[in-house]
Amino acid sequence: MSAWFDYTVNGFVIGNIYALLAVGLALIYGVANLVNFAHGSVYVVGAYIGWAAITHLGTPLPLTLLCVVVVCALVGVAIERIGLRALQGSSRIAPLLATIGIGLVLDQVVQLVWSPDPRAVPMQVPEWRIAIGGGTIGALDLLIAGIGCSSAAVLYGFLRFTKLGWAVRATAQDSDAAQQMGVDINRVNMAVFAIASVLSGISGLLVGMYYNQINPAMSFEATLKGIVALIIGGLGNVPGAIAGSLILGLTESYGIALFGTSYRNLFAFVLLVAMLLWRPNGLFAPRRAAAPEPMVGTFIARSLPVKLPRWVVPVVLLAAALLPLLNQPYLLQIGANSLMYAMLALSLTLVAGTVGQVSLGHAALLAIGGYASGLLALDAGWPVALAIPAAGLITAGLGTALVWPAFRLTGHYVSIATLGIGEIVSLVILNWTGLTRGAIGLGGIPPLELFGVDLGSVQGTYWLCLVVLVLLALLQLRLLSSHLGRTWRAIRDDSVAARSHGVGEDRYKALAFGYGGFAAGISGAITAHVYSYINHETFGASLSVLALTMVILGGMGNVLGAVLGATLLIALPEAFRALAEYRILIYGVVLLLLIRFRPQGLMGTV
Amino acid sequence: MLEVQGLQKRFGGVTAVADGALTLREGELLSIIGPNGAGKTTLFNLISGLEPPDAGSVRFQGQDITGAVPEALAALGIARTFQHGRVFGNLSVLDNVLVGAHTRLRAVKPALPLLGPLLEMALAALRPPAVRAEEAALRRDAEQILARFGDRLLPRLHQPAFSLSYANRRRVEIARALALRPKLLLLDEPTAGMNQTETAEMQEVVADLKRSGLTILLIEHKLEMVMRLSDRVLVMDNGRRIAEGLPQQVRNNPAVIEAYLGHRHAGAEPVS
Ligand SMILES: Nc1ncnc2c1ncn2[C@@H]1O[C@H](COP(=O)(O)OP(=O)(O)O)[C@@H](O)[C@H]1O
Ligand SMILES: [Mg+2]
Repeated sequence: MSAWFDYTVNGFVIGNIYALLAVGLALIYGVANLVNFAHGSVYVVGAYIGWAAITHLGTPLPLTLLCVVVVCALVGVAIERIGLRALQGSSRIAPLLATIGIGLVLDQVVQLVWSPDPRAVPMQVPEWRIAIGGGTIGALDLLIAGIGCSSAAVLYGFLRFTKLGWAVRATAQDSDAAQQMGVDINRVNMAVFAIASVLSGISGLLVGMYYNQINPAMSFEATLKGIVALIIGGLGNVPGAIAGSLILGLTESYGIALFGTSYRNLFAFVLLVAMLLWRPNGLFAPRRAAAPEPMVGTFIARSLPVKLPRWVVPVVLLAAALLPLLNQPYLLQIGANSLMYAMLALSLTLVAGTVGQVSLGHAALLAIGGYASGLLALDAGWPVALAIPAAGLITAGLGTALVWPAFRLTGHYVSIATLGIGEIVSLVILNWTGLTRGAIGLGGIPPLELFGVDLGSVQGTYWLCLVVLVLLALLQLRLLSSHLGRTWRAIRDDSVAARSHGVGEDRYKALAFGYGGFAAGISGAITAHVYSYINHETFGASLSVLALTMVILGGMGNVLGAVLGATLLIALPEAFRALAEYRILIYGVVLLLLIRFRPQGLMGTV
Repeated sequence: MLEVQGLQKRFGGVTAVADGALTLREGELLSIIGPNGAGKTTLFNLISGLEPPDAGSVRFQGQDITGAVPEALAALGIARTFQHGRVFGNLSVLDNVLVGAHTRLRAVKPALPLLGPLLEMALAALRPPAVRAEEAALRRDAEQILARFGDRLLPRLHQPAFSLSYANRRRVEIARALALRPKLLLLDEPTAGMNQTETAEMQEVVADLKRSGLTILLIEHKLEMVMRLSDRVLVMDNGRRIAEGLPQQVRNNPAVIEAYLGHRHAGAEPVS
């Protein structure tokens, strides 16, 4: 009984923390029609500013809070002003992708300034706990609840009684109408980003105190949890976001009580996907309400693909084929790596570019492929040469089946759903110990070989990857030049018009995901045999973002572009070894610059 | 051929279509006119399956098609264009029209459950002679359809649709709908935004289609064109049919004049 009281208090406290995140997301969604993927990064900034203020300046709690408020407000203003304002005229998903880039940059800056190691946040509240009916409540619990409630009250007052608050509400209702009535949308956006960032930063500080530990990697989970709470409450619905957060906090807390800690996130993401499928407008909207906004999810700049002279591709191919003769193992290593990533990029450029389903969970396909091939080789004793193609087929089938329910979603919802599905895959791998060996991971995966020919050497790996990549690319080009190519692109450009001409959306999305799963599964399988050890984190969400950056860099839907994008992003940081530390920072900046200045990528969209 | 009864559609508090009803015989051209916001486009959306109706029924060639999904209706031979133009911007003119012919793919789309899609992918990659022949035939047909618009589109066969002029995009949309080989064609303001010459050309194209025996449902604001082309005219206002009959009868119907003069709007010039 007392344990349940504690779980309830815990769920409520966590819910408050989520609420601070989700309210900001809801406000931003309301005025800017944007799910802010940099939100968790601001939360980490808040946590670190608080930590730095306490440890370096010895600030008392109110001053610590003030520091967090000021810095995070500035960060929020900067995000809006520098990162997003210029994107107002571009495709709807451009700002969303930009927030992903901004998040990467912020995370990396925090890491570079404060190192990736975890830090302990000194407790700034007394340690006493009151016993209530068998359970206990501590001072920190009360502080968090207090900050949660007073933030809600201040926000309510702001929205209800100030001029700027009125402008925010007017913009959220109908930004065109608000603009006509003289509301300065830029000012509103900036204010909302500042407020949301302050709330997020405070949330980060409180979490640091609650768990007594912070690290830069917390940002991703914070973003995701905020989004889950937001979706539960309904996009753009501020009170809904608070309720959604409390529901999420309590669900997680009771879930942990019943099933154990490792299931905690699984609950959150299953809840997310279920909401997207059955109640995409949130728990509090009427079931049949129209979707909030027709959000077109494609990121396709109108451009013509760059035409290369005929000789370029054969010459580059020949050079690539002859690379091993230089006898430079390090170079080959990079080459093989680029090729493996290029397979992933091929797959994603089809799904996100050609069919316009901007997937943020693509790395999960690698994980499925890697585990399938590894397990077939280890547990079923299959030869590697059979296990890899089998893994491709398994990934094609399983991957398609997993995203099938999300086929009816459009735009931002596709991105959020694939992100959730990707996380679910990784959590299932973690928890299905009987099959996957759980957290221990899969070790001793046999090296690459082809019917007795050992390909475990760098040369062997490189050759194999090159051949597989060329075959996949040729197949993809062939499909794109058939009726499938135009049908996929028609669905992307206007799914309503496509359906009106008899194109069954699900069928062609399934074919695209099937082919994409096959290519990514093969990539994951080869990677597994090269690494010889993989676990549930080998193919994490950051890999999905990296793949998306490659694909945008090359030009969405462009096969050659995908290969080029992968090669550049993998090889260039290696070429400048001194920059190794800044690698991810560079990815983030590249992503931002592309979205802003060259949305059609290097080779043009197809 | 088409029988619509008691169709209703509400959006929140707005009743877009209150009582949609019409019958259309084979080979007939029925025009729907009415002020902006009368519910004409919504009626099209209900017939073509883009939105499920709240009440009422639609029958096509004796078959109940109420609430059927658009891809099923396309397979039955119903094609439509969109008021605001919905070409596939990044596809070439030719590819736009070929997507319109999607329901006519046979060789590359074996009609098998489950295996069908996989075979389709395999056939798309391997392209046996039957598949190539089918593709070539569709292509020839697409070019013939485009030839209906003189040399407006033929020289631009491989240009992406986003690079076309507004009028040309409307033409591509009609060509795309024709590529379906429709039994029933729904045209939503095909001449919107066109100048006089372009309108006259379009009128000729529609007249041509009518002569070839195609059954057409036309939404049009340019009354002169409506008077010339229509076998019958249906007038809508506030989601209801307020008049129906031969062009001349409708033209002089007081309720129609009232509806047109009562709403001041840019699109439809009052009946003169
Ligand atoms: N998707 C929609 N959501 C809300 N209201 C709509 C929607 N589509 C149409 N309406 C409303 O229904 C009414 C009829 O619109 P419409 O069918 O486009 O008229 P018309 O084509 O005759 O100009 C208008 O008042 C319009 O605002
Ligand atoms: Mg209309």
